[in-house]
Amino acid sequence: MDNFTVGVVVFPGSNCDRDVSWALEGCLDIRTKYLWHESSDLSDVDAIVLPGGFSYGDYLRCGAIARFSPLINALDEFVKSGKRVLGICNGFQILTESGFLPGALVANKNLNFICDEVELDIVSSKGGWFNNVDEKRTIKLPIAHGEGRYHCDSDTLKKLLDNELIALRYKNNPNGSSFDIAGITNEKGNVLGLMPHPERACEEIIGGTDGLFTLKSLILK
Amino acid sequence: MDQFTVKVFVRLRPSVLDPAGEATKSASIKLGAEGIKSLRIGKMIEVKIEGNGENEVREKIDLLCDRLFANTVIEDYEYSLEKL
Repeated sequence: MDNFTVGVVVFPGSNCDRDVSWALEGCLDIRTKYLWHESSDLSDVDAIVLPGGFSYGDYLRCGAIARFSPLINALDEFVKSGKRVLGICNGFQILTESGFLPGALVANKNLNFICDEVELDIVSSKGGWFNNVDEKRTIKLPIAHGEGRYHCDSDTLKKLLDNELIALRYKNNPNGSSFDIAGITNEKGNVLGLMPHPERACEEIIGGTDGLFTLKSLILK
Repeated sequence: MDQFTVKVFVRLRPSVLDPAGEATKSASIKLGAEGIKSLRIGKMIEVKIEGNGENEVREKIDLLCDRLFANTVIEDYEYSLEKL
């Protein structure tokens, strides 16, 4: 695993790219490399994080413009090859807009930008993104979003349930998400999108370490 | 080449809650407007575009609406087209 490198994508307007890089390098000793959104060469990286922020100013819809970047175009092959992709917050929005994950993220029910710490139930650990073998099935992670209300139609929800694609549910739904959904995976399990920020929960001194497991699992094959 | 002005209307699907619309409805009632049954907010996108006839332009606009202007998971769209 010495050379394992996680690509951290930087769009104009990304603002959690350095946090993700810090958490991976500083807390987990995992090498990272920033990937500018105009690059389509993913040959140097073994996993990818789409970080939070406001790519392209969230113009039109969150993640709608980012979807057309050369990097996201190249992501299709990367995902098909089974490599792991983690989309956090705006990264989750980009993954739904580009069709890697089903559904969409829309304005919070109460219209507030919510900046808080939330309790989450680990529903499925498809892809090994969460530790659900211990008795600890609840984790605490920070959220910070204005458009984090997960929405999907009833057929999609059924598919998510039947295939165990719902990774995380809010214990106290803060934003009106369908079925309290906070994070989902694709069917293969190698793509995870979630609104909470695991990279902001990697050291006790900043409030908790419940995000470490998810970031560490980027190096799983 | 023919020139067209296209007005695209993008709306949240009826099944999707529109909290901004609800807030605006509430403010409208506070303003004293009576009888408002529903208020929903959408977007209008105006495009000036050229092409060989209306059919070709419609094909382009359909693609733009379906792939970019609207997210059909949550939004519907319609458009009107005017030849200049």
